[in-house]
Amino acid sequence: MTTDSIPTLSSFDDDSLGKAFAALEQQASAAASQLSGPEAVEAFRLAWLGRKQGRLNEVSSRWLKAAPPEAKKSLGQRFNAFKAHVESLLDAAAGAGPSDAALAAEAIDITLPGTRRLTGAEHPITKTLNEIVSVFAALGYSVGVGPEVETDFYNFESMNFPPGHPARDTQDTLVVAGQERRPQRDRLLMRTHTSPVQMRTMEQQPPPVRIVIPGKVHRNDAQDATHSPIFHQVEGLCVDTNITFSDLKGTLDHAMKALFGSSVKTRFFPSFFPFTEPSADVQISCIFCGGKGCRKCKQSGWIELLGCGMVDPAVFAFAAEKQPAYDPKKVSGFAFGMGVERIAMMKYGISEIGQFYAGDMRFLGQFA
Amino acid sequence: MNILTKWLRAYLPALSVDDHKLAEDLTLRGIAVDGTYDLGPGNGSLLEMDITTNRVDAMNHYGVAREAATIYGLPLPALDFPLPAVKPASAAYPVKIEAEDACGRFTARILRDINVADTRDWFPGAEVDTYFKLLEQKKISNAVDASNFAWLAMGQPTHTFDLDKIEGGIIVRRARKGEKLKTLDGIERTLDPEDLVVADHVKPLALAGVMGGWDSMITPATKNVLVEAAWFDPVAVRRTARRHGLHTDASHRFERGADFNAAPVASAIVSSILLASGGHIEGELVDVRVPAIEARTAARKPVSLALSEVHRHLGTTIDKEGITASTVETVLTALGCKLTPAGDAAWNVSLPSWRLDVEREIDLIEEIARVYGYNRFANTLPAFAGGVRALPFAAAELAARDTFRAAGFHEAIASTFCSAAEAALTAPQPAQSVPLGNPLSEEAGFLRPSLIPGMLAMIGGNLHRDIADVRLFELGTVFSGTTEKVEERPALAFAAAGALPQQSALHAARAVDFYDLKGVVEQLLARFQVRSVYFDRFQPGDGIAPAWLHPYRSARIVADGLTVGWFGQLHPAEAAARKLKDTVLLGEVYIDRLYKLSLSKPAARELSRFQLVRRDFSLVLDESLAWEKIDQALDALHLPELVDWRAREVFRDPKRTAHEYSLLLGVTFQAADRTLRDDELQRFQAQVVEAVGKAGARLRS
Repeated sequence: MTTDSIPTLSSFDDDSLGKAFAALEQQASAAASQLSGPEAVEAFRLAWLGRKQGRLNEVSSRWLKAAPPEAKKSLGQRFNAFKAHVESLLDAAAGAGPSDAALAAEAIDITLPGTRRLTGAEHPITKTLNEIVSVFAALGYSVGVGPEVETDFYNFESMNFPPGHPARDTQDTLVVAGQERRPQRDRLLMRTHTSPVQMRTMEQQPPPVRIVIPGKVHRNDAQDATHSPIFHQVEGLCVDTNITFSDLKGTLDHAMKALFGSSVKTRFFPSFFPFTEPSADVQISCIFCGGKGCRKCKQSGWIELLGCGMVDPAVFAFAAEKQPAYDPKKVSGFAFGMGVERIAMMKYGISEIGQFYAGDMRFLGQFA
Repeated sequence: MNILTKWLRAYLPALSVDDHKLAEDLTLRGIAVDGTYDLGPGNGSLLEMDITTNRVDAMNHYGVAREAATIYGLPLPALDFPLPAVKPASAAYPVKIEAEDACGRFTARILRDINVADTRDWFPGAEVDTYFKLLEQKKISNAVDASNFAWLAMGQPTHTFDLDKIEGGIIVRRARKGEKLKTLDGIERTLDPEDLVVADHVKPLALAGVMGGWDSMITPATKNVLVEAAWFDPVAVRRTARRHGLHTDASHRFERGADFNAAPVASAIVSSILLASGGHIEGELVDVRVPAIEARTAARKPVSLALSEVHRHLGTTIDKEGITASTVETVLTALGCKLTPAGDAAWNVSLPSWRLDVEREIDLIEEIARVYGYNRFANTLPAFAGGVRALPFAAAELAARDTFRAAGFHEAIASTFCSAAEAALTAPQPAQSVPLGNPLSEEAGFLRPSLIPGMLAMIGGNLHRDIADVRLFELGTVFSGTTEKVEERPALAFAAAGALPQQSALHAARAVDFYDLKGVVEQLLARFQVRSVYFDRFQPGDGIAPAWLHPYRSARIVADGLTVGWFGQLHPAEAAARKLKDTVLLGEVYIDRLYKLSLSKPAARELSRFQLVRRDFSLVLDESLAWEKIDQALDALHLPELVDWRAREVFRDPKRTAHEYSLLLGVTFQAADRTLRDDELQRFQAQVVEAVGKAGARLRS
């Protein structure tokens, strides 16, 4: 600082004063822009505003005192403005912390990939199950669950599959060993559908009933791209006075729209299930082509999605053994069931059912 | 089953819709057509049918024609196969039904001097050759093809015997123990005393309703035949067929209930075709019936039906008029019912003999809905005033899923089954695993007693595919007990291998270790209201720790004094057996025990506004001294100002000393109500040093 001392002014006219103060301002600004750290800021303050060697002091003693009386007022105004400028530089420097240069030295490559905390994925079956369950929860359905190992009574007999009935052939069953000597209805097997929970629920509570039953089921089927001996179902049951077939239609139409979008249409076909009468298969308009026909819907515009029907009076008769309120003359109800794998495969474009049970990190990671 | 529209239209000359419309209308009425194939000019279409098992009556051309007639309101002429005049017989052919519980009707017609010939189009209504070609049905001889034609036309099985091989007459009876019969498939069968057979006075001739016998079959040399058309009981036929591992067209129909009244019609079809190439009928049709069976098939009591019940079950239609008394009458009459009015909008309905599946009012209601059209019903929503109840463990299950997912574990679902060896290895209680009677494979012979077999399979699946970084968990059911009584419990398994996710290019990957798993377990337990949690280890050989875990790198999880699970490194022997080179860490939580606990509820406490003080102590410990001892010693101080302590660094240097290790203990002091003074801090530090000293650690000098 001492090297470039304050020049002596030769002239005090406005022009010369303007140039002289402009030069000072430039010096001060340049010095202030280099400041880094509190020590430098303090040095700057001493250099410019210090009471003894401060440059403003020097300007005051060299220029103000030497100025002719007519120039004193103008010079005084310029001096005060410059002092305010230096003080503002000092304030800024004191608040600004490190200098740009210091900050530049800390530069990072912002184009490197971000650090991601890997979150585990919900299994697509769990995800789909939960979606279905919440659609029905909004319609007043509670969740019901039951054992995966069932008795013949709950899985078949009480669902109106009498012993020796050909309808049993449609559900190839895995059985627990050593059941041959037991009475037929006590024999243990892997449940082939979640329907037994219908009976278990009705035995536990009188009507009205509204439940959805998610769960794992098993059949003695060969594995291929779309079939697996292990799969999941969501079943529903609604029993009350005056429940009708049109209520069944309306409920499932509503649920399919909630699951697949409001533009989805439903279509009902007569079908056969031992535990419902009348029974129906439900198709939805193809969610891929909107019903125009594509490869996914085999050009039909429709996709078959679930089975349903009005609860057969024979099923109510079994329930009435423990809960007499299930009198088919007074109550009616509907039941429906859908395969979760099939829906998940459709929703997520999965082509191989076996992927659900292989635990492949690459497959599961797609659902995170 | 396939249907020719050409054949079907022969029964319904007034049918005007095209084949595609016909297929669609049938499908919408529950007679599902899976595919429609054009067979070329003049040949109509082949309809590939997918008819539900309850509708055996519609698994033939006349049956489908009846459905079409109902849909379009067309008349359906009866099947008419006129027979030539009968040459009288000296006596009626002897036919006896001994097994009256299992054979409801047996008709026999004797044809003499017939010619066994090739099949052709015999006469109008019997275009056997044309139809068989279009159906790609193999032709055999007029006798066999006549039976097949009758079967395809109207669904009644028939059988023709070589009359000259029959000794005495026909007896329908149960087989005798040790009797043998060579069936048409050439197999010599030993009969069971429960098998239903058609026999003569000496020997069994056929498995009734299932398959004919070899010795009495029609051959080119056959001259005289007996045409059988009968009604056999579903259960008797099913048992016989099952016992012999047979499933034939005939058994399929009888098992599902044949038409009691169809026998004479089928007999006429077969006889008229056979007689078209020569021969004559001897004697009238022998027709033996069992009244008790007729009473529960063809002559069932009428069912009462009320229109109000139709409306109660079916609800609202789109069309305002909806289902009327006239709708009910039209539909049911077309299906073969006879309605007698029984009061206002109510009927007594006589049921058709071919619809054994229709037996109750609700079945009639279904028929009305089906023919009326399901899609003509409105979409209504039932009113509901109740509440929705969550499952008692739903929140806990969600907490467990959240914890593992937040820790970067993907949820997996594995097989429910495992091998006998896996069951023995992983069952928490020995000899408590349940075998299947008909397993999918030997590797799937048992109900899984633990989720570990599935976890190992999935981990192996990844590692063997060179997916090295694996973190999986499964929430699923495990099974214990016996084949008498199976217990089911929910369980949670988790496993990890390889590196923790490499977080960025600038952070080095780190291998997952025991403490990563322990951390997740601790986080899981923290979601529940548990008073105490500790982890311990057992000596190998004392049989307490699971055999699948590394005995020195595994821990038991104990919450409130109860074992809630195990985890650690996979036993190297197990890893080697599964060819897993990488270290696999895994565990299982008996989560049903956690479900019994309440979920922890957050409660805010006052936060101290006063300065905290951190101090580190560099300790030297004997190798045998576990962190737990230090932890317990500090805990036992019950010093409110000692708010936190942790092992900040563990350092082992075998070169310096093999039996000791260094531990950097970090402690934090803070008071809720004041800034700590120096003298207080001095005292607290001395207390810490004394406590760890008593536990066996010394300060590094």
